[in-house]
Amino acid sequence: MPAVQETVERVKRIDVDQYRYGFETLIESDKAPKGLSEETVKFISEKKNEPAWMLQWRLEAYRRWLTMAEPTWARVDYPKIDFQDLYYYSAPKPKKTITSLDEIDPEILKTYEKLGIPLREVAMLEGVEPKPGEEDPARRKIAVDAVFDSVSVATTFKAELKKAGVIFMPISEAIREHPELVQKYLGSVVPTSDNFYATLNSAVFSDGSFVYVPPGVRCPMELSTYFRINERNTGQFERTLIIADKGSYVSYLEGCTAPQRDENQLHAAVVELVTHEDAEIKYSTVQNWYPGNSEGKGGIYNFVTKRGDCRGNNSKISWTQVETGSAITWKYPSCILRGDNSRGEFYSIAISNGYQQVDSGTKMIHLGKNTSSRIISKGIAAGRSQNTYRGLVTAHRKATGARNFTACDSLLIGDKCGAHTVPYIEAKNSSATFEHEATTSKISEDVLFYCIQRGLTQEEAVGLVVNGFVKDVLQQLPMEFAVEAQKLISISLEGSVG
Amino acid sequence: MALLEVKDLKVRVEEREILHGLTLTVNEGEVHAIMGPNGSGKSTLSHVIAGKPGYEVTDGQVLFKGEDLLEMEPNERAAKGVFLAFQYPVEIPGVATMNFLRTALNAQRKARGEDEYSTPDFLRKVREVSKSLNIPQDMLKRGVNVGFSGGEKKRNEVLQMALFEPSLCILDEMDSGLDIDALRIAADGVNALRSPERAMVVITHYQRLLNYIVPDVVHVMSKGRVVKSGGKELALELEASGYAQFEAA
Repeated sequence: MPAVQETVERVKRIDVDQYRYGFETLIESDKAPKGLSEETVKFISEKKNEPAWMLQWRLEAYRRWLTMAEPTWARVDYPKIDFQDLYYYSAPKPKKTITSLDEIDPEILKTYEKLGIPLREVAMLEGVEPKPGEEDPARRKIAVDAVFDSVSVATTFKAELKKAGVIFMPISEAIREHPELVQKYLGSVVPTSDNFYATLNSAVFSDGSFVYVPPGVRCPMELSTYFRINERNTGQFERTLIIADKGSYVSYLEGCTAPQRDENQLHAAVVELVTHEDAEIKYSTVQNWYPGNSEGKGGIYNFVTKRGDCRGNNSKISWTQVETGSAITWKYPSCILRGDNSRGEFYSIAISNGYQQVDSGTKMIHLGKNTSSRIISKGIAAGRSQNTYRGLVTAHRKATGARNFTACDSLLIGDKCGAHTVPYIEAKNSSATFEHEATTSKISEDVLFYCIQRGLTQEEAVGLVVNGFVKDVLQQLPMEFAVEAQKLISISLEGSVG
Repeated sequence: MALLEVKDLKVRVEEREILHGLTLTVNEGEVHAIMGPNGSGKSTLSHVIAGKPGYEVTDGQVLFKGEDLLEMEPNERAAKGVFLAFQYPVEIPGVATMNFLRTALNAQRKARGEDEYSTPDFLRKVREVSKSLNIPQDMLKRGVNVGFSGGEKKRNEVLQMALFEPSLCILDEMDSGLDIDALRIAADGVNALRSPERAMVVITHYQRLLNYIVPDVVHVMSKGRVVKSGGKELALELEASGYAQFEAA
């Protein structure tokens, strides 16, 4: 109830500039030369002080990438990307090793402040526990491994995580400090040869997060990383690897915003999740990259490969995403249900406005016995945008008793946008039970008028109806993210009606 | 005192004139019934008063408490006290009725410069009102009108009327889709809201509804005009003789 109220309030306060996070920060940066070559790969690896095996891994990926072609099957349309006209590495120039928040460039801290990211608050909140029997979500602790451009500049809560045995650090550090873990798992879910963008990422990834939760440990806090593109013409190649060992649990939150600019920016992240026996990972995303201006100029190209491997029996991976930004979104967070009785979930809200193009969905690959999956997708198209759900549900021969439930709902606002649903279903085991439901509806004038007759403004009415439409998915988000997501939903739909 | 004054109102929908100079005055405390055959312009009148898009007023005036209603946005009219009980209330999936009521009530209060209700105050008020209308709390937790029976939808309209306390209530074909029992329950709710400060305009085809909501004045509409006005006995007369006499006129 208050969350919807929040949206209504937020819509009221929306000013002319729809994209509020469109600002740049002036800081010195350290760039690789423009273009992609073995030299670029070596430059990045060297910058990161990487061991030889890591460089080798990157170079193999790079050589593989040279033989690959850009995928064209998605329902997205964009000018050809000149991969030699991009920078592949950019980092704020480190003056010295950072030991506390005070040592961070004040410009950077200011940026976070504008974004409303409570880096300092987080520190203040340390040690505040909710009262017994009362879950106060605002006081729940969040650890922030902040990624500014491509390099992590601050990591908080390290001590407490360390006590629990949880490893949470930039992946560049993990490569040096925990090579055995990284070598064992990196590329084991998304192989270097997986797809054009994942292979590119494998060659040039700059940084990202690494999480390892040891057996039987329930991670004592939500883990959260904020990504942000800043440098002009810099491709962002984040790499995230999360491992939940036997019987462990972790919830990871990722949120993005990016500054406004004219040129398109390429973002090709890779996220790999691994759950062992009885383990669970909950991965939530609020994505708000710059979507381009009202004429469809600029905006982020977001080509992301996210995949989780339910490697152990009875393990679970849950993806929740709220996608409101980017000019182009190409993203299919997937689950490989390898362990018997493992479970995959995908909850998605994808909003497109203006000239945005979204082609997003999931893959649920049932390999183990009695595996189950659930897909709830809510697509909202407004303006002149195109919004496609593309999903694959497949049961392999040994996946006896596999079950899937899929519900894809699309909501159209206005008459110049499009919503498309492309489900692929394959069952090679006759005992599999797959259900698919899909609806497409238009936000009706009658519904809006009903709300307005009761005293709501047009924008409040749209906010209310859309929030009702996405409610099932919003409920899956951790509370603090649900509030942020509500804000984004209303901001991104501003000006979509009349 | 005149609450609503409609003066020589002419309205077009897509080039076709539906109301050809309609005049109607409703005073505080009065209940007016507007009767007429299909296509006579009854629902158009209710939509124009509420401000539904798609209607073009080409001539005439609508004054509400002396102010020009046609200059106001529909949500401003709501905040000023104009309430339309819809013939077909819409469904809003995922939006709990309770949340909808609170959002709407607070939007109206805010527009009037009044304090918004706090959660406990609102809950107290909505419980009190729904209890007086025999509306189960369970209904308030469901999505707005989602899966409601015809009777429940109309009771939800009456509940909103009771909660928002408008000074003008327009009931558009409230009897459509209701059986006798449901009709009686809804009508009882409406009757409980009759007051010296509040006026009602009851739009209906049938005299039947007027057995339950007894009007002070009855108007007969035909071809976009009020062709006859009289007391409640006019409705009975119509029931006996039909609309044909006015159609011919």
